[in-house]
Amino acid sequence: MGKKSFRQAINEALRQEMERDSRVVLMGEDVAGGAGAPGEDDAWGGPLGVTKGLMPRFGRERVLDTPITESAFIGAAAGAAATGLRPVADLMFVDFMGVCFDQIFNQAAKFRYMFGGKATTPLVIRTMYGAGFRAASQHSQCLYPIFTHIPGLKVAIPSSPYEAKGLMIQAIRDDDPVIFFEHKVMYDDEEEVPDEPYVIPFGEANFLREGEDVTIVALGRMVKFAVQASDSLAKEGVDCTVLDPRTTSPLDLVSILESVRETGRLVVIDEASPRCNMATDISAQVAEQAFDALKAPIRMVSPPHVPVPFSPSLEDEFLPSPEKIAAAVRSVMRVQARAA
Amino acid sequence: MAELAALTMPKLGLAMTEGQVAAWHRQEGEVVVAGEEIADIETPKITAAYESPAAGTLRRKVVEPGETVPVGALIGVLADPAAGEAEIDAFVAAWRERFAAASAAEAPAAPEPERVQTKFGPIQVLESGPEEGPPLVLIHGFGGDFLTFFLLQPLLAACYRTLSLDLPGHGGSTKTLPGADAAALAAVVGAVMSARGMQLAHLLGHSLGGAVALALAEREPERVSALTLVSPAGLGPEINADYIAGFIKARRPRELAALLATLFAGGESLITREMIEGVLRYKRLDGVAAALTAIAAANMPEGRQAGSFRHVLDDPARPAQIVWGRQDQIIPATHAEGLPAHVRVSIFEDAGHMAHMEKAADLARLLGA
Repeated sequence: MGKKSFRQAINEALRQEMERDSRVVLMGEDVAGGAGAPGEDDAWGGPLGVTKGLMPRFGRERVLDTPITESAFIGAAAGAAATGLRPVADLMFVDFMGVCFDQIFNQAAKFRYMFGGKATTPLVIRTMYGAGFRAASQHSQCLYPIFTHIPGLKVAIPSSPYEAKGLMIQAIRDDDPVIFFEHKVMYDDEEEVPDEPYVIPFGEANFLREGEDVTIVALGRMVKFAVQASDSLAKEGVDCTVLDPRTTSPLDLVSILESVRETGRLVVIDEASPRCNMATDISAQVAEQAFDALKAPIRMVSPPHVPVPFSPSLEDEFLPSPEKIAAAVRSVMRVQARAA
Repeated sequence: MAELAALTMPKLGLAMTEGQVAAWHRQEGEVVVAGEEIADIETPKITAAYESPAAGTLRRKVVEPGETVPVGALIGVLADPAAGEAEIDAFVAAWRERFAAASAAEAPAAPEPERVQTKFGPIQVLESGPEEGPPLVLIHGFGGDFLTFFLLQPLLAACYRTLSLDLPGHGGSTKTLPGADAAALAAVVGAVMSARGMQLAHLLGHSLGGAVALALAEREPERVSALTLVSPAGLGPEINADYIAGFIKARRPRELAALLATLFAGGESLITREMIEGVLRYKRLDGVAAALTAIAAANMPEGRQAGSFRHVLDDPARPAQIVWGRQDQIIPATHAEGLPAHVRVSIFEDAGHMAHMEKAADLARLLGA
């Protein structure tokens, strides 16, 4: 075991599953790079180098460079999954997903249901999301709420290298289509990641801190921010529970409700646009099922409802931060102070 | 000039480089006696009591609760009440300067775990201690790994050539079992000893590892010079089946924390978040759930221990000692009763199932280290 980056953790998960199961294949734009052209093979290994080294190891039959046509190769991947392979398709930026919604929403997500449970679709779509990369409005969105909205899809949002490897292996072994979200500014994050394969089950929240004052629910890159906020709040005497649902579909609502019943306060952090995002969804479900347990209004920390700005200073201001999270937590703590 | 004594961050185990003062149990100005527990030290592996190395008045807490400092750093000052504040200030300043200079010098490297290739697959081992010392093999219990000896092994390594290992299905070893009963696991221990050039060794086994040590002594008696068994399996039928089933099943940190707390007399206060996370991560590895289930089924079918190895202790020629925590909630200490007279039995009143962690120094003394 040693320290591995988020990028290495995913690469290792893909390699180990490809070694274990010959039905696992990769496809996408430049997942190797250079197919059919003179020059270096495996020049790219994916747009940010995540699949580097897999083509030399497994060959072009299992690591397929595709044309720049998401509608075609995502459709091909869904069909391949329905007919016996276990494809992992790389859709690069989630912002481009719009051109292949039919293949995902109406085909892959529906096969199991519409064929009376006789078809399975073990498809993984890897995709990059998130702001902070100075990549402007069309390459910085989160969009996981849109996929969470579709019954038949599973949505995984790893928050660290360790989480990424275990959730990726689960995604590949899962018999349903999984949209796997990788935050593009997290690829160089490092932590201890076991060399051996392991699985993190879907729908099981991770408790990063257990405190009795406030429940903070955070996803993806926001988890680290929530932990930072929690550790600084601890010095002020505020004990937070920090809960990472890991997957938004299935969602571990049981753990969220259990925690809110103990703390009586909920702050949800979501990098996605604030209307119809995971923060609104989780808040609504908690308000519906545990309103009686709440000692203060639920607070949501999300960006404003605008496209991701290109201006670096505006982009920084746009994003949730540990400071904004801590401020939201303090505000729900003050409600109690007034009531007392 | 009044006498001043430094309280420093202890090194609890080989890998510890820094620790946190979790709590102070004495206020500034209070008198403490040598050996008294005056603070709690939290490491990534366990929270341990800090015993005052000397008697005196606690005059200064240099480190606040929650603060993390390197091993060896000053955490407090003992002095008699006559010492002036200025004198203590000067002592702290001088101490810090010396510590900074010493830290700049290279610290000796801690021993690293290695993987031994055996016919049963790769087995992770940690060797430490003088090569010419008497060989001693440490075998952990169900769901554990060599790190459960992180406090004991460094103490024993002062005079023994120690080797701790991860049993198959555990830690960094193969997750494929050669067989799930104590005898099959003992064969792996024998293979590791051979691979490391240990023909004969003193075996120290904890819990399931105790049964494994007994099984090796039964199968290959010529390879076992002595036995030290800590809360061993294999000496009676009772075992806490709820713990075993719960350990296999637990997925939530809180569930696991409550379960692990039953291992220690000190209860939940000893359990760190890192300890829980470490167990959860181990349990997620491919093959672990199947291995643990198979080991539980083979050694503790229907909530009772499968066989007895009591007869192995009948041989008066082989020194044997049993160590048990009175508050053991996993395997009752009464299993140490009724053994032949040559078997030395030591019961620690204030320890649970993990005497090798809770009473590491006392246990090391029983082994002459």
